[in-house]
Amino acid sequence: MNIQQLTIESILEGYRNKDFSVTDVTKMYLDRIKQYDATLHTFNTVTEEHALHDAKRLDQMLTNGDISLPLFGIPLAHKDIFVTKGIRTTASSNVLDDYIPQYDGTVVSRLKNAGTVLLGKLNCDAWAHGSSGENSDFGPAKNPWNTEYIPGGSSSGSAASVAAGLTPVSSGTDTGGSIRLPASFTNTVGLKPTYGLVSRYGVMAMASSLDSIGHFTKTVTDSALLLNVTAGPDGFDSTLRQEKENDYLENMKKGIKGIKLGIPKEYVSEGMEKEVKQKFEEAVKKFEKLGAEIVEVSLPHTDYGIAVYYIIQPSEVSSNLARYDGIRFGNPRSSFGDEAKRRIMLGTFTLSSGYYDAYYKKAMQVRTLIIKDYTNTFEKVDALIAPVSPTLPWKFGAKVDNPLAMYLSDALTVTINIAGIPSLSVPAGFSSNPKLPIGIQIMGPHFSEKKLFQIGYAFEQETNYYMEVPEL
Amino acid sequence: MKIDVKHIAKLANLSVKEDDISRFEKQLSDIVGYIDKLNELDTKDTPPTPQVTGLINVFRPDETAPSLTQEESLSNAKKKHNGLFVVEQILEEK
Repeated sequence: MNIQQLTIESILEGYRNKDFSVTDVTKMYLDRIKQYDATLHTFNTVTEEHALHDAKRLDQMLTNGDISLPLFGIPLAHKDIFVTKGIRTTASSNVLDDYIPQYDGTVVSRLKNAGTVLLGKLNCDAWAHGSSGENSDFGPAKNPWNTEYIPGGSSSGSAASVAAGLTPVSSGTDTGGSIRLPASFTNTVGLKPTYGLVSRYGVMAMASSLDSIGHFTKTVTDSALLLNVTAGPDGFDSTLRQEKENDYLENMKKGIKGIKLGIPKEYVSEGMEKEVKQKFEEAVKKFEKLGAEIVEVSLPHTDYGIAVYYIIQPSEVSSNLARYDGIRFGNPRSSFGDEAKRRIMLGTFTLSSGYYDAYYKKAMQVRTLIIKDYTNTFEKVDALIAPVSPTLPWKFGAKVDNPLAMYLSDALTVTINIAGIPSLSVPAGFSSNPKLPIGIQIMGPHFSEKKLFQIGYAFEQETNYYMEVPEL
Repeated sequence: MKIDVKHIAKLANLSVKEDDISRFEKQLSDIVGYIDKLNELDTKDTPPTPQVTGLINVFRPDETAPSLTQEESLSNAKKKHNGLFVVEQILEEK
């Protein structure tokens, strides 16, 4: 059994067939973390004792034949902005390097109650500010496919750990692409759910009108299994939809004959790297082969996405990070890294007297136009497909001296957050030399996750990219 | 557009070293210069969207429930005294 290829499904099967115990599986992952994470640096904190304790408790249930919990004995790790009671949670920032939360967030406690085993807390760009992982105050996570390259961010450790087989699944957040970009750079499946589907309670807020709580898995099926546990109202997050979906795996294997897939023409431009364009075009042909109808559509305000995002997001960041005053928790504000300072200052500026109308209010108006672009498009098609990044993963250091260049990496991901719609990033192949992953994203109307899984599953089973694993 | 980093840093309660001011000034000015492209769009009659859900006035019943204990609340404070958070002096003796 190749541990790098284990999924929720195969682990549950293993428990049913009595191939191994929860402690066996947990120890396997903990050993892999010990073996590889000194190089890959995907974990900030490994909770070995805690994990083995959880595993022991679950093995008792296994002995009694009770493996009914939906994620029974599945190891997982959380991006280090998810508060975990009694377990250090740092946001990968020096401000919180010794913060120990007094409670579990909703997603953390739901996944715990579903039977998972917590392996630890994952490295990320500090405060989720970044597209490469390089803004972590503790040193960046590396791309397991080639450690000279960034894994993408901000959920860098979350993506890299799943890709490297250090955990079968991980949690992440996506405010401007922070799940989809690292997923596409690591050959993993990354789900950014609809804004208002998964509770943000207990996840350190970045931009409260944009933050989306999602996860990384090896397969589309696993992604749906996780969403079954995390989605739905909780009485703590007032932006959640009250209706609950019964099962995200319903209709997943139906196939996509007759489904209308739109390709936004602004997303496939000459500015794209050749191999990314090539893999996208191959993907389009695969969708046609599977029976989908491909339609060219337009999202005319695409080009304004970054400008809108880099007003709204820093504005909301400047407000959300005001709580870190070094009084109730954490270290003084002088411990903030440069990127956090930059974003706080940018947001303070755009919200300040005399500038609010020209910037934040203007951005909110253009936000209306971007939302309309999507609403109009979804009247013509069932879903959209597009690349996630205009480029391949880049080498460490390539963009650190130019914050604006780094921001432009989000050009194809931010309008999804601005509109609040869901998007699923799935593996779509590799570049030739060096071999680096390339992903595509499948976007749909609000709360259309079932459809995204249906489309993603069909593509995944046709291409089998998920079966490839990096040589560590 | 020149960003007054000293002023903004003061508003945001951030300390910026003298050596870093011009670097931040340039980076922030570049970014603000880029986001000015929104002026290309006529939004005179466009309503602003603060958040996408359309939900307003989402309340729960005004009932108390168990929360954090005093000890839990203080557990991460660097400075505490008598079960209280210690803060910087904000009022001066005249």
